Amino acid sequence: MVTTEQAWAAVAEVADPEIPVVSLVEMGVIRDVQVDGGRVHIELVPTFLGCPALDAMRRELAAKVAELGAKADIELILDDSWSTDRITPAGREKLREAGFAPPVPRSEGETTLVQLSSGVFRCPYCGSTDTRLENIFGPTPCRSLRYCNGCRQPFEQFKTL
Amino acid sequence: MSEQARSRADLLLPIADDELIVGWRNSEWTGIAPFLEEDVAFSSIAQNEIGHARVLYELVAEELGTDPDALAFDRAPAESRCAPLVQLQLVPDWGRTIARHYLYETADAVRLEALKASGDAAVAGLAAKIDREEGYHRMHAEMWVDRLAESDEGRERLEAAVDELWPYAVAMLEPELRPALAERIGRDLPSDKLLRVLERGVALPELEELYDEMTMVRRLAPAGRW
Repeated sequence: MVTTEQAWAAVAEVADPEIPVVSLVEMGVIRDVQVDGGRVHIELVPTFLGCPALDAMRRELAAKVAELGAKADIELILDDSWSTDRITPAGREKLREAGFAPPVPRSEGETTLVQLSSGVFRCPYCGSTDTRLENIFGPTPCRSLRYCNGCRQPFEQFKTL
Repeated sequence: MSEQARSRADLLLPIADDELIVGWRNSEWTGIAPFLEEDVAFSSIAQNEIGHARVLYELVAEELGTDPDALAFDRAPAESRCAPLVQLQLVPDWGRTIARHYLYETADAVRLEALKASGDAAVAGLAAKIDREEGYHRMHAEMWVDRLAESDEGRERLEAAVDELWPYAVAMLEPELRPALAERIGRDLPSDKLLRVLERGVALPELEELYDEMTMVRRLAPAGRW
């Protein structure tokens, strides 16, 4: 018999397929884990709907649950309940260490171009806030590209969502 | 028609078709945009739009007892509910591309605002999620409108393209949403006569070409799993 604690512990071992330094739990995309007999029900909330890593996340979650001798039942939650604010403090720190600037907190209303152009964004390498927006879009849907004028290094900034 | 009387298919299929086709059109800039940043931007926007199409097709497929790929790829162009605005093949004209991008994203925002107020919680929740992502597309479009307006040639070409595409953008929305778009863009609504030939259900020849290309692999191996 699998306990809820064991199920959460197994789920917590699954790394983000695109940024393996953080786990799915640290990314805040696991909304709930419930055990019902031999089944583990997992609520998975996508970051961006077009995220190509979703299928890999589902596969790896199912494999971890299978190691417990249970069957995963993964529900994709298609609403607005995930925000970059759900990334845990530990997750944010790991992102920064890996060279990804963590997202700034979600503010009231929509993010604007003025905020992206003139807001305070800190370089994950040298800590300077003298950085500029290079491209709203980046290598994956969840990241923008910025350039640090301090250490002359381009870096990836998580979009606030 | 009251919202309760409308099926999800009726409400969401036109939007899913728009997102799929505009995503495809955006992806046509991959590798050939004016500079690398725009290759990345239009590719990323395309990925988002096709992601939105996929989840919208999933909601509709559940209701109709089919699967999302069948809805996306197995319907003939004449059955597509996409608006003529997204059908237009605009590569290599950057001015018209930015005009469509700006008009489409603004019209889509008006439509999403209405969907967020839907009494169907699944539809409202999904619309809120999609709208968060679309905010970045709107910023990108507005940035380009400002950038093109900085030179005489850029401003003239953009204005000519917005003049041309404005009726298409209006026709993309249901009549009750059109005044909100006119207000956001700051233009008068075109005549009904002009709009009638640009309504959904009109399949332009360039949509046929797009479908041939988009569904080629699917048609070669209908039961293929990827």
